[in-house]
Amino acid sequence: MAVDERAAARISVSGVHDAPAAGSLVTALVQLAPRLGDVHANLERHHALIAEARAAGASLVVFPELSLTGYFLKDLVPECALRLDSDEVESLAERCADVDALVGCVLESEDTRFYNAALYLSRGTVAHVHRKVYLPTYGIFDEQRYLGAGSSFHTFEMRGRHLRAWRAGVLICEDMWHPSAAALLARQRVDMMLCPSASPGRGVGSGMALGTAQSYDAMTRTYAQLSTAYVVYCNRVGYEDGIGFWGGSRVVGPDGSPLAEPAGADEAIVYHRLERSALRRARIATPLLRDERHDVNDAENERIRRERPRD
Amino acid sequence: MSTTPRTSASAENVLAIDAGVAETLLTGFLRDEVRKAGFSDVIVGASGGVDSSLVVALAARALGAAHVHAVSMPYRTSNPDSVADARAVCQTFDVVLEVVDISAQVDAYFAAHADADRTRRGNKMARERMSVLYDLSAVHRALVLGTSNKTELLLGYGTLFGDMASALNPIGDLYKTQVYALGRALQLPEPVLSKPPSADLFEGQTDEGDLGLPYATIDVILFHAVDERRSRAELDAMGFDPAIVDSVLRRVRASQYKRRLPVIAKVSQRTIDRDFRYPRDWGL
Repeated sequence: MAVDERAAARISVSGVHDAPAAGSLVTALVQLAPRLGDVHANLERHHALIAEARAAGASLVVFPELSLTGYFLKDLVPECALRLDSDEVESLAERCADVDALVGCVLESEDTRFYNAALYLSRGTVAHVHRKVYLPTYGIFDEQRYLGAGSSFHTFEMRGRHLRAWRAGVLICEDMWHPSAAALLARQRVDMMLCPSASPGRGVGSGMALGTAQSYDAMTRTYAQLSTAYVVYCNRVGYEDGIGFWGGSRVVGPDGSPLAEPAGADEAIVYHRLERSALRRARIATPLLRDERHDVNDAENERIRRERPRD
Repeated sequence: MSTTPRTSASAENVLAIDAGVAETLLTGFLRDEVRKAGFSDVIVGASGGVDSSLVVALAARALGAAHVHAVSMPYRTSNPDSVADARAVCQTFDVVLEVVDISAQVDAYFAAHADADRTRRGNKMARERMSVLYDLSAVHRALVLGTSNKTELLLGYGTLFGDMASALNPIGDLYKTQVYALGRALQLPEPVLSKPPSADLFEGQTDEGDLGLPYATIDVILFHAVDERRSRAELDAMGFDPAIVDSVLRRVRASQYKRRLPVIAKVSQRTIDRDFRYPRDWGL
């Protein structure tokens, strides 16, 4: 896979590899175009790309939403689904013995429900699962017809190579359009929000970017700045049934500034170094987490729930 | 502070597109969908009009001119400028143009149907062109590209299984006004951009004559009704002529069948496209 040259130049890959700086990590955003409905072809690419990113010095490899299956699956959902105890998931977890990865798949439960899930693989196991909570079912989207909805936004502590003490949570694509979801992660003190997505580009109206790209630009900057955490956004590329996915993967720092120009619309691996010290500086400059009034928030939510029980 | 009400929004405003973004999206679409299907070449019916000329230009940029096969298919009464304009477009983008005269095959059929009106004759020509394109697509191992724009598709202003037939259509989500804008940005030859749009199925035919309305008017109404989902009451409040809105919306409804697969009578548990739903790209 072509590697973004500018991104590669920004980090000292050999330096990272030899002597990881304390309190920093290198993340690889793998914006690929999965083959629609071909889990085994995609699985092979995941193995190769995780190995490639690991060799380049990454300790965290982030794939887009449904990276093992493609997005507009329709009736292919049951045919592409994986169980947590499947050979496919186990083989990928084993690949992640000394590197962590977030991959996307259709996850099948024991009672035959299918979820749009992100699996966090670390130390040879599935360390965390996020099931997409907000399933878009409007316009070009039809997720609720085919998929079950998740119901939680748990966070987890990364325990992989060079990752100790980083707390993370996952928002899959449409989850990002609900600020309450980002607020739940922020309240759990995440250091990074991992945001895999399969966002279709639409709206060539005006300005210099797609309408959807502008929306995600606003959301990633806002969530990073308001939660003083990194937002790691990995969007897929390629086309399905004529619908193009626009890529634009990026990491936004805890001050709300992107670490670099977003990636383009082609397949690429982009590397970024994340620093604990940047989190500290942002939280000193803007102590929003310290000042957050959870008591007011809880009381107000309770009052609203009483007054509007049907919401 | 501007006091211009929203209702006077001109076609340029609401239909403006970023040509660079659109070109990137559409050339990416062609590369991805063509190669995924196991093809490297495409074939286009080049009429010399702005729609097919834009498709030739996009395909040449996306796949390389050597992978684009343009075919001009004049009938004996076609305007000679049509072939000349198609030739100019292909020269501009380095694409080889093949000319296949369809007069003999059309005339052979109508020798036994001398009373056929010009609608029948026009539809027959469109379907003969389709059959030529699909035949040559096998010769060149090329996918047939569609050249119907969003305005035509919404109004049903095209021949079913004729010019509406294709494997991939890169411009079907662009209104005619936007096709012109992108065509200008891609520097199509001037005559293609300045002549009145015409299906050229009979002498003196023009689209706007057939439709009874200028594209600028139709496109703005369609944009507000389709893209912006404005209600009939909202369209009236915007100041559009109610008779024109009626006629445009009626055409959209009346031509819905042209935009769908044939209706299949349901018999089994799983019927194609009702509850047997797979992406078109399934298996690619």
